[in-house]
Amino acid sequence: MSSALIDLVWQSTLETLYMVAVSSLIAALLGVPLGVLLYVTRPRQILAQPVINGLLGVITNVGRSIPFIILLVAIIPFTRMIVGSSIGTNAAAVPLTIAAIPFVARLVEGALNEVSPGLVEAAQSMGATPMQIILKVLLPEARGGIINGLTITVVALVSYSAMAGAVGGGGLGDLGIRYGYNRFNPTVMLITVVVLVVMVQLFQSLGDYLVRKSDHK
Amino acid sequence: MITLERVSKTYGSGGRAVQALEDIDLTVPKGTIHGVIGLSGAGKSTLIRCVNLLERPSAGRVFVDGQELTALNPAQLRQARHQCGMIFQHFNLLTNRSVYDNVALPLELMRESRGAIRERVMPLLELTGLADKARQYPAELSGGQKQRVAIARALASRPKVLLCDEATSALDPQTTTSILSLLQEINQQLGLTILLITHEMEVVKSICHRVGLISDGRLVEEADVGDFFTAPATRLGREFLNDFLELEPPQALVERLEAEAGAHTHPVVRLTFSGDSVSTPLISRLAREHGIDVSILQAKVESIQGRTLGLMIAELMGSAEQTRQALATLESFDLHVEVLGHVQRTD
Repeated sequence: MSSALIDLVWQSTLETLYMVAVSSLIAALLGVPLGVLLYVTRPRQILAQPVINGLLGVITNVGRSIPFIILLVAIIPFTRMIVGSSIGTNAAAVPLTIAAIPFVARLVEGALNEVSPGLVEAAQSMGATPMQIILKVLLPEARGGIINGLTITVVALVSYSAMAGAVGGGGLGDLGIRYGYNRFNPTVMLITVVVLVVMVQLFQSLGDYLVRKSDHK
Repeated sequence: MITLERVSKTYGSGGRAVQALEDIDLTVPKGTIHGVIGLSGAGKSTLIRCVNLLERPSAGRVFVDGQELTALNPAQLRQARHQCGMIFQHFNLLTNRSVYDNVALPLELMRESRGAIRERVMPLLELTGLADKARQYPAELSGGQKQRVAIARALASRPKVLLCDEATSALDPQTTTSILSLLQEINQQLGLTILLITHEMEVVKSICHRVGLISDGRLVEEADVGDFFTAPATRLGREFLNDFLELEPPQALVERLEAEAGAHTHPVVRLTFSGDSVSTPLISRLAREHGIDVSILQAKVESIQGRTLGLMIAELMGSAEQTRQALATLESFDLHVEVLGHVQRTD
């Protein structure tokens, strides 16, 4: 294997990691609060707001139902507004983030739903405010489920980032398509797939480890 | 200390409305342990949740320590809830917090300093016998230990009232006993007023001073525990008592019982005696004065809060006239006579 190829694979790996890291981080920062809102505004919940809940639900579902490759090109004007360009790795990170936010939100909502209502009731009986219930009961108790959801998101983003080549974002998926498929180089194709598999394995193991460490259930 | 005034709770509305509580009046004086017993679905859980307004009554007023909770705004209500500790059937401990941090939670919510929290939590762990478990997590504890943590947590905010929602129902009999004696200790040492709901007569018998019986959302009977166990006023109360004492006639006898007296039958009676009548030599008197034989099929003596309760199922063997007179004599004493049926003579 030539050193040029090794460089190319290394470069693409960094691009993939960069896109996944940026989009996961921002999606977590925005998706977790959205997931909390989706949960606490449900009917009979601590901040029940059926109208807001319904609205958020629709928005989240719309976000989740648009195929990623369409989202990628559909929001190009928005991407240009945010990062100043519609091509490149940064430009690919924007649609990745947008796609991941509702994904994270639904997974967080699901994790919160696993928290026993009895715990919320107990906190209420102690005179906890809704904010205290969120910060001291719901989020800590759902910690394992939330980390699990974020792991799933990161893995999904690794896979989505393969489409980033469509906007010149680079990354391993792009490398595999351009060199492996378009130039009929099965070695490159194989290498990119192996690197992606190893990457996903590592993320999953790290996620599982963090879940085990943080959860005392 | 706790007063419920004509409290009602209805779920839903219109044709599908369900009345969970109806016109409940309840007063629990300071320092007493008050039990509310009832079958599942009778409204017990709703009742206790109406005291700290986890459920808001549809009508009526709730007072705790002279303060009308039903008149407070949400912020005032949260403040008032520090006066009411609560423990639950399934403990409701936070799984990702250590024992220490679980007990500290109510104090954190009240924004106490770390130092103040430490000074409060450690003695509570001592009181509940958990000092060596402070760093452990709930998953590592037994059910009884979990409920002790919950009790320590409920006491952290120095409440005046402790609400117990089926606190021992998920525990085995031995653990139940130890949790009940802890509750009794807390009641006596800290002067805490306790309202508990349960479906177990054992709980009422061991620690309650007064008891209310709830059925279909209504308090149908209320009495001192000694009176309730010796002479329940309602049919449901009697059923609870008989179940508790396991004083049901044996199956073989039930199969022979006939509803109506015949020419050749003897009555089978269930006698419940309390107070003075326990020490009266009733059986020999019946034999001597009415010339009948008494065959005792089942008997039991219980001691409840210093009062003695005797129970007996017996067949009265004599002629129709003799047994009629014997029954009249029995009823003239301070005891409850219930004719269960009649059996054919075998002699």
